[in-house]
This record gives sequence, structure tokens and C-alpha cells, in this order.
Amino acid sequence: MDFTIKVNGAEHRVDVDGDTPLLWVLRDVLGMTGTKFGCGMALCGACTVHRNGVAIRSCVTPVNSIGDASVTTIEAIGTTDAGRKVQRAWLDLEVVQCGYCQSGQIMSAAALLASNPHPSDSDIDNAMSGNICRCGTYVRIREAIKHAAKPSAASGKGG
Amino acid sequence: MHFDRLRSVPADRHDFVRLDGVSRRIFLKTGVAAGGGLMLGFALPAFLDDATAAASSSFALNAFIRIGRDGSVTLIMPYVEMGQGTYTSISMLIAEELEVALSQVGLEHAPPNEKLYGNPLLGGVQATGNSSAIRAAWQPLRQAGATARVMLIAAAAKRWRVDLSACHAERGEVVHKASARRIKYGALVDDAAKMPTPENVALKRPEEFKLIGTPAKRLDAPSKVNGTAIYGIDAKPPGVKIATLAQSPVFGGRLKSVDDTAAKAVKGVRQIVQLDDAVAVVADHMGAAKKGLAALIIQWDKGPNATLNTEDIARDLGNGTLKPGAVAQNVGDVTRAITGAVTKVDAIYQVPFLAHAAMEPMNCTVHVRKDGCEVWVGNQVIPRAQATAANTTGLPLEKVVVHNHLIGGGFGRRLEIDGITRAVQIAMHVDGPVKVIWTREEDIQHDMYRPYFYDRISAGLDEAGMPVAWNHRFAGSSILARWLPPAFNNGLDPDTTDGAINLPYAIPNLRVEYLRIEPPGIPTAFWRSVGPSHNVFVIESFMDELAATAKKDPVDYRRALLVKTPRAKAVLELAGEKAGWGRPLPSGSGRGVSLQFVFGTYMAQVAEVEVSKDGEVRVRRVVCAVDCGSVVNPDTVRAQIQGAVIFGISAALFGRITLKDGRVEQTNFHTYRVLRMNEAPAIEVHIVENTEPPGGMGEAGTSAIVPAVTNAIFAATGKRLRKLPVDPAELKHT
Repeated sequence: MDFTIKVNGAEHRVDVDGDTPLLWVLRDVLGMTGTKFGCGMALCGACTVHRNGVAIRSCVTPVNSIGDASVTTIEAIGTTDAGRKVQRAWLDLEVVQCGYCQSGQIMSAAALLASNPHPSDSDIDNAMSGNICRCGTYVRIREAIKHAAKPSAASGKGG
Repeated sequence: MHFDRLRSVPADRHDFVRLDGVSRRIFLKTGVAAGGGLMLGFALPAFLDDATAAASSSFALNAFIRIGRDGSVTLIMPYVEMGQGTYTSISMLIAEELEVALSQVGLEHAPPNEKLYGNPLLGGVQATGNSSAIRAAWQPLRQAGATARVMLIAAAAKRWRVDLSACHAERGEVVHKASARRIKYGALVDDAAKMPTPENVALKRPEEFKLIGTPAKRLDAPSKVNGTAIYGIDAKPPGVKIATLAQSPVFGGRLKSVDDTAAKAVKGVRQIVQLDDAVAVVADHMGAAKKGLAALIIQWDKGPNATLNTEDIARDLGNGTLKPGAVAQNVGDVTRAITGAVTKVDAIYQVPFLAHAAMEPMNCTVHVRKDGCEVWVGNQVIPRAQATAANTTGLPLEKVVVHNHLIGGGFGRRLEIDGITRAVQIAMHVDGPVKVIWTREEDIQHDMYRPYFYDRISAGLDEAGMPVAWNHRFAGSSILARWLPPAFNNGLDPDTTDGAINLPYAIPNLRVEYLRIEPPGIPTAFWRSVGPSHNVFVIESFMDELAATAKKDPVDYRRALLVKTPRAKAVLELAGEKAGWGRPLPSGSGRGVSLQFVFGTYMAQVAEVEVSKDGEVRVRRVVCAVDCGSVVNPDTVRAQIQGAVIFGISAALFGRITLKDGRVEQTNFHTYRVLRMNEAPAIEVHIVENTEPPGGMGEAGTSAIVPAVTNAIFAATGKRLRKLPVDPAELKHT
């Protein structure tokens, strides 16, 4: 069946079963491999993308549920204010190790900051505990979110 | 790889002193690079300990530095990046001695080359593992960089007809200060390549370092924050199909029959591939492949392990330890010392099978053609990847091309090639390239696991409560015996006993025995911190038991045994001081300590835990003091310890793979839990500065945290946990 979905501002027509998870449409059909597969059950957050700015797990989101919503992935999150700040903070604080989960971490963090510019520790726990990092970069992720939330980071120098 | 173009000059030999005082020679060759430029070839050993090094051909040239006419510096090396920061730290070593900016150094994986890498029977010596990269590269890489620098200076001096000593190198140029002339490396490389290889080039003294010891930024970070980094799972050769698979759920079982009628009707499913012990669904995308796999009706022949349970394995290991094992270390006379001891303490410890559960599930992309085979994968043993593709297809080795990729977490899993063999088996039935992706469930249920170990340990204490005898015997799988058979000698391998022998403590009578007992069915493999992941838990828990028996403070007790190991004593004291050891904590909370010397690194950790009334454990704070000798990149050291601590807490609190009727019971992150953001402690790392040779950093933090946590639980509750993972039911209190 044909579906038209809007990803990172561009419309794409895909011919897949309606229950196909968005993750595989992004990765295998559209070739956008920045979004990662980790568990297939919304347990690890590696596949996190935004639907109308809200973080969702694309591995359990059927493509026929997207409708005319705007999907944003790691490939384009740098064009949003929160996304750019988060990416900058990730580099400033040297968060990444293997890096595989970081697309999802950054998408969750960007959604958090877009809705809550000054998150508390417990806000960070709530927003981020669905994203697993096996390299154990949690300490730095927490610091980086706080760093991105600082007023100095809000000036936004184009990433 | 342009090895043949290297001029055969007499090997330049530089002796250097190893940690154990034995010198190992560095072999260097220099010559003209293909297409112009200077090429240096040298050997980076894959293993550091004598047994494994002797079993591998460690002196084959396996690393190369190419300096091009454009001044670019390219290192072609055998180590792979798995998140440990190797790319950055390794580049720093070269840039330091070569006097170039870090940004000028590029890295390429060494392609597999049987001729180049020596013994084809072993094949796997081109490996990244055992926290060895920086330790192994520390001397040869700096030596290579310095040698290249001297040759470039010599080329400039000859051109200018000035004395060599009047010239120096800085920022990728040779400078003649007296005449204010400068020339870029790129303009000198062709001349330099004709220079004789200089001998005994002096290395910088630590106080001259400009780059080493600084927190240089990771070179791989930018691509990992914007989605452009390409891991094995992201490979997409044109026309690639996606496959997923079911392997026999019972270890050792076979495929009996498959009804694929419904699967074939799934939109996007192209093909069902049946193997002896697995079935795969090939489709246009993973969504269709998974849907197709779920629609298969599969009958399995369960085979010989159909009734195997973890309890059977534990019982066999336990019975095994009633007999003497191979003696790994024997000091003094333990039997006599125990008989004469004032107090005797015995304990039995057990650690479970563990999965790696790296975030990137197992995957491998393969294109098999009549005349060749291409493999796209992230793997730590590239020559073995190539060899298994050749063996499986029957193609000659040189017809197999392996494209290595970034690894989304290794932790030991990618030192194995089972996933590559499997993908090639499937690809042989598929026309065109196919990417085989394991579901998380397959990844956990068909991992190769950290072995189960069963330990009997006893000690004799004198009237002051100090240990005069230490008797430790344990049984479990030997990974090296399978992975590198020549490294298994007289019933022993250096990995499995690492951390159980050569303790930092002065104990006059000590005996350590190991029994290799391989469990049926379940495959075992290296897991982050390998031998110490098990041994340090046992040793440091038992040391805590002895302190408790002697009614002494755990830090004071250990310190009294460290008179001959000042570096161990220093990290213990530093961790204690920074953690506020001895300061009161609320009821239900406790502090625990651990100390170890493994991977060439001294480390002490103090964990602070809270135990709730229903037995749930929260690790609130971890303080780590580390002496890893010379620090190449202090930020990487911190990152590795932070990560290794989280990895170890996951294992201590949740990690357990169990077998029921020959099947792994855990399936995904809900049944194989790992630590999450809301459960992560604050972690402080304190680095002891010195100029000793570097120690390994990727794994030490994992083995150290586990006993620190269980010792803290003892401090909080009085319950001594001798079996992992922590069982909250044992800790319930009112």
C-alpha cells in the first residue's frame, strides 16, 4: 500500500504494508540510517525520532499512524534550536563513545529541551530513562543536557 | 596496502623495557610509498602477555604510516574503534613525535592480509582486545613518528646543505632557524624516503609532551552526533536485501521442517533460506523480514541439550572444584599455613553467564558471487572474518574483501566471527547482497557468553586477623583454549586467571588452581574485563570477609597488606580520602571498597549504595582512583571509567543469563536489564599522575565496581552476597 510521509520537511511516497514500523521505512526504504535499531520493542530508545516535535519510538510506530504529521530525524535535528544546542553540548562535553545510541539520546534530549528549556534532574530522568547506553555515557548526557540548557548556550551561533 | 614497495632495509631495532622488565624489540622498515611519499612499517603487538604473544606472530609488520606529498599523515593500523577512543589516542601518539597537528593524522583500518599478518593457522592475531591498544602502541608508534621526523629533518638538511642539528621540526614543517627557512613535510617526503633508517632515535621526555596528556577531542564525535557515522548495520551496497533469522532456540538443535506459506505471502518478502540449524527470511526491508519470520511455522529437532538447565551446569562446576586443578600460582606452603592458622574462613562464590547486549545488534552484510565475496561488518578480528568467508564459500582467501565498519559496542562480542559465518551461509543462497540483521532476541539468545564460574576459596588468619594462607580454586570455561589454542598450556590460560594471581597483597602462603570445565551447549566468549570480571569480584569480596572476620576496617585491612605495592596503596588511600571513607551514612546505606591491579592499571573504587526495605539496591556515588601510568588522553580515561562502572553495575545488579531446557530464558532489555539514566550514580575519577608506561583502560573499571557494590551492600545490610547478580529477595528488611 502507498503512504506519503513527511520526513525532515520532504514528502516521501513509500509502498509498504501499513503496519511496517516507521524505523524500517526510514532506514531500509528511504536509506536514512542515522536512526538506529536496538530492540524492536520500545525498550531502548535507539530508534527515537520526533513526530510533530514529540519524541516517539519509531520501532513500534506503524507507518500508517503517521498521517500528515511531520517526522524529524537525527539527520535534520540540527536545524532546530534545541537540536543544535544539544548536538553542540554533546561535542563540548565529549559525550559519545561507540555512538550507536546517541542519535536516539540526542532526539530525546532535544524534545525535552524544546518543551522544557530548564529541566531538573528528575525531568532529565523522566525524559531520558527510556534511552539505554551500553557504553554508559549517562553521567555526561546529564551534564550535556544541563550545559545545553544554560543561557550561554541559548545564543545559538549556528552550531 | 603497498607493502611490496617498502625497501628492504635492515630492520631497525630499538629495545624497550616492558612492565615485567623483559625487553621486546621494535622492528621498523622505511621506504617509498606507492604514488610517492614516505612509508614506515612497524609491528604493533596484539597481545602483551608472554603466553599469548608467543602464540601469535607478534613481530610481523602490521602497521604503517604514510606521509603523502600533500603532507597528509595516514596511519594504517589493526585496531578498531568501538567507542573506547582508540582512534584519537593512537593518533595523538604519532602526532606528538612527528610534530604535526592532531587534525593532520588520518586513520585507516589495516585490511586483512594473511601474508602480512603471519601465521595463517592462528589468523586472529590482528585483534583489538584485552585493553591492549595503547599499551602495545605506546612505544612503537612514538618510535615510528620520531623516526619519520628525523628522516624528514635529514632530507631538509641535505637539501639546504646545513647541519642536521641546526634544524628542527614543528607543525608539519622542518625549520632552519639560522636562515629562517622552512619547508613543509610534503615537499620532503620523496627525499626522506631515500634516507637510511636512523637508529636509536630518542623519544621526547614526558615534560616535552605537547599533546600526550591533554584532553584532545575525539576525532569520531562529530559524525556520531549528526547521524552520518556509518556502522556495520548501516552498510547498503546497491540492491541490498534485508534478512533476519531464527537459529535453533535450543543450543545444538537442528531445523526439522518449515512451513513458509504464510511468510511468502507477506508483502516485501523475497525468499526463505533454510540452513541445518537456522532459517532466514530475505525481504525488501527489515519490517517485512520480521513479519515474515513471525509467520513461519518452524519445527526444531532439539538435539542433545533439550533438558539442560543452568543448575546442572553450576552443579557440575561445583563438583569439579572438589578435585585439584592446574596450579596457576603457588607461594609458600598453604596446607601447612592453614593448618596452623588461628582462624579459618571458607566461602563459595558463583558468577553467572552474561550477555554482551551491545546496542548495535549482531549484523553482517555479504555479497557472494561466483568469483568472489564481499563482507561489510564491524569486527575486531578482520583476518578471521576474511578466513571464515573464504572457508564457508570455498573461495580463495584473496577473493574475499572485508569492509570493516565502526562498531556499535563490542565488549568482546565482535572478537567472534559466528555472525559472519552465519551471514555468509545465508548469502550463498541469495542473488545479490544481503544484510543479515539479528533481532534483539536472537542477539541475546545466541550470544557467546561470559562463562559461569564456581569458586571455592579459603584463608587462614593469624592471631592479629591477618591472612597467612590463601587457597583459591575455581572452575569454568577457558575462552582462550578455543580462541587461541596455543595460549592454553598445562591446563591454564593467562586470561582466565588474570586478577586471581599476582595479587597486590602480600600473603605469605598462596595457592590458586583452575579447572577448565566447559559447559555443554552454551558457547562462551570474552566479555568486558574478561578474567578479572569474575576474579576481582571473588578476591575483593573475600578480602572484605576477612576484614570483617578480623573486625577491622576494610580499607585499613587492605592497606596493611600493601607495603610492597606502593602504587596500589596510593590509589586505595586516594579513593578512600576522596570518598570520605569512614564518614557516617544514613541507615540502609553503606560504602564498599575494591582494589585491583589488572590490565597494567592500579585501581581502587568506593561505591555508596542505598538498600530499600524491599531489597532494591541503588548505587548513589562511585569514587574511583586510578594509576594507569602515563595518560595519553585524560578525558578518555575518565570516559572509559565512567562507562565501565555503569557496565559493571548493570552486571552486579541485573546481569544473568539462565538456561531452561537448553534455551536462554532472557530475550530483550526487559528480561536482560541494564542500567538506565535514572539509576546511574554520580561517578568521580581521580587520576594519579606519573610517567610509568601506560596501563589498559577499557575494562578495568568494570571488574572493580562489582565487589565495591556488593561490599557496600554488606556494609549497609550485613548480608554477604556470594552469588551474582544481587538478589533483592535476600536483602529485604523491615
